[in-house]
Amino acid sequence: MELWFSEFHTPDVKHSIRINRHLYSKQSDYQRIDIFDTPEFGRVLTLDGNVMLTERDEFIYDEMITHVPMAVHPNIQDVLVIGAGDGGVVRELTRYEKIVRIDLVEMDPMVLEACRTYLPENACRLDDTRVHIYYDNALRFIRRCTAKYDLIIVDTTDPFGPSESNFTREFYGICYNALRDDGIMVNQQGSPFYKHDAEAMQRSHMRIASTFPVSRVYQAHIPTYAAGYWLFGFASKQYHPIDDLDAKRWSSLHLKTQYYTTKLHVGAFYLPAFLENMLREVEQSQ
Amino acid sequence: MRETKFTIDQKRAPIYEALQTFRQMRVVPFDVPGHKRGRGNPELADFLGEQCVGIDVNSMKPLDNLCHPISVIREAEILAADAFGAAHAFLMVGGTTSSVQSMVLSACKRGDKIILPRNVHRSVINALVLCGAIPVYVNPEVDQRLGISLGMQRSQVAKAIRENPDAVAVLVNNPTYYGICSDIQSIVKMAHDAGMYCLADEAHGTHFYFGEEMPVSAMKAGADMSAVSMHKSGGSLTQSSFLLTGTNISAGHVRQIINLTQTTSGSYLLMSSLDISRRNLALRGKEVFSRVVRMADYAREEVNAIGGYYAFGKELINGDSIYDFDSTKLSIHTRDIGLAGIEVYDLLRDEYDIQIEFGDIGNILAYLSIGDRRQELERLVSALAEIRRRHQRGTSGLLSQEYIDPQVVTSPQEAFYAPKRSVPLKESIGLVCSEFVMCYPPGIPILAPGERITAEILDYIEYAKAKGCSMTGPEDPEILYINVLQ
Repeated sequence: MELWFSEFHTPDVKHSIRINRHLYSKQSDYQRIDIFDTPEFGRVLTLDGNVMLTERDEFIYDEMITHVPMAVHPNIQDVLVIGAGDGGVVRELTRYEKIVRIDLVEMDPMVLEACRTYLPENACRLDDTRVHIYYDNALRFIRRCTAKYDLIIVDTTDPFGPSESNFTREFYGICYNALRDDGIMVNQQGSPFYKHDAEAMQRSHMRIASTFPVSRVYQAHIPTYAAGYWLFGFASKQYHPIDDLDAKRWSSLHLKTQYYTTKLHVGAFYLPAFLENMLREVEQSQ
Repeated sequence: MRETKFTIDQKRAPIYEALQTFRQMRVVPFDVPGHKRGRGNPELADFLGEQCVGIDVNSMKPLDNLCHPISVIREAEILAADAFGAAHAFLMVGGTTSSVQSMVLSACKRGDKIILPRNVHRSVINALVLCGAIPVYVNPEVDQRLGISLGMQRSQVAKAIRENPDAVAVLVNNPTYYGICSDIQSIVKMAHDAGMYCLADEAHGTHFYFGEEMPVSAMKAGADMSAVSMHKSGGSLTQSSFLLTGTNISAGHVRQIINLTQTTSGSYLLMSSLDISRRNLALRGKEVFSRVVRMADYAREEVNAIGGYYAFGKELINGDSIYDFDSTKLSIHTRDIGLAGIEVYDLLRDEYDIQIEFGDIGNILAYLSIGDRRQELERLVSALAEIRRRHQRGTSGLLSQEYIDPQVVTSPQEAFYAPKRSVPLKESIGLVCSEFVMCYPPGIPILAPGERITAEILDYIEYAKAKGCSMTGPEDPEILYINVLQ
């Protein structure tokens, strides 16, 4: 018997993963949530049919979205995480003892519920005493905050679904307002390869660049995402992602990682020419 | 509160059903329209979809005829009349402008007086240009803080009726664009006691007929005719509308008036959208509009929590010029953050990709309806918070009043057709205007034909232009010149 999960990366490109078992399938108020058990990627979480994470490659995403800002800002105490209901980002953050408080805002309680049951490797630190979970609309939550956080991590689904609001100028604006004077915002920035994704990436980069004085893009290789090629946005009020990297300080923490290194940190900001052009294009249109 | 008890089975949708049957019959078209179910215009069919172009058909026996309905359109009208609590309902395909004009033209003829508030939509005064009726304006009260015109006070209406016993009708906005209602029940009684008709412009009040705890609808209040924009809060396609009549009105006469100006090729896209939307509101309107009110109430609370903005609501009710308030309207006063409404309107669109209904001198209006969701409201509120953070400034130099009392010199028709000349706007003070000047939206004239141009009005026009309002009306698109009576 052959059972396959397929996701269209474009109307003309399909990515398929063989399934052993379909473990979970529920429709929440916001989206359809599925968890599969697969021979190649382990357990796979999909929302509305889009792969969010697989056990096999989630470390790349979760490490790159977390350790990059943590290695730049010398004193991160209060962190806000948007989305990330699987718990992977929180798991990475809780490894830092200096962090005092982690507020997690996820709109859909059913995502957390499903991940706690079926993805314990990701959800394992959601019960850390520093973690406070809020089931709320992100915009509603953030616009009530002023100068409250050192770091905001935006880990939401792509800009065409229920998270569309989290790629808007008003979203980045209220994040700016919620950060302290030396705060950093890191977000998943989509893929620059297929046209539809690339345009969305340009739009959100333009909005971030018009909101924050420092706005840079960095990349990682993530096999199960569109084109296997993913971007993150690093936006900050003061710190530069390379000039202010303190590799010594970070290394002295002796955190064991599988993807992130301080050398890769620097390299991730060196982008291919086509991508540099795409970013320059929207930066100049300001 | 209206009891949603209908006398006919509102699950029916006769035009929709007839079109479904028609589609299955696969009739060969040797009639108009010439695109022949889209085959002759593949680009159009591709853009709009085959489902859509396939029912863009001509009047024919199985589908009835809008000019003289005897079968399915007639049935749809009967169902609509029942749903709205009217004696008769007409399906209209020329926008609510056509409903308003047919209503005025049915009630008035050349030389008749009609009592109305000056803050009417341009379509009302256009109707006066067409038929030659004479307006008697009841100047609405103006809210000093918000700068907006309110409803008509009962005493003002009574005075106008007393001073013009020969008037034939009183027209009421139910509600205004901002959601403000006059005491329409009392006004109906005053009009009827004086032997006048009461007409209602309900372009912004479709939901009054279906929601709970809404302001009273015109038909319920006993009005004789009402123009209802089904395509605004009711969910039908743009340009579709209803004209409702009460028991005092001859439906046959109104039909004749409608046929003076209405197309003989009524669009089945528009008519079926009216039919389907009427069914939806009759069956589900109560629940739909209670959700809209909940969203609007929530948004008001959140906007007021930002500070600086004032999203106004039922607290304004004063028993007379604000007899009731339509809670589905999200009207927000912006002047206290130092921005004109039109500036906030432009910022929302240009910087945040949010299109709202209109912005004027001191206010914006976000139109909430049947299709809204919570996540978009959060965007709107957050964008408003951002605009305040980034653009707030002092309030000096901002005009406050939306409304200037007009000085009527001659009737709209006389002024419109009189010999005229074009003069530079700046040199027009004291002269009598022969055309309209308005910001669109909201489309309430600053100047109407026959009104004297004053320095105050010119200041207003210059200010509105400078702030970025889209001005329309005059022959000169730049509005540097204006036509005046010779």
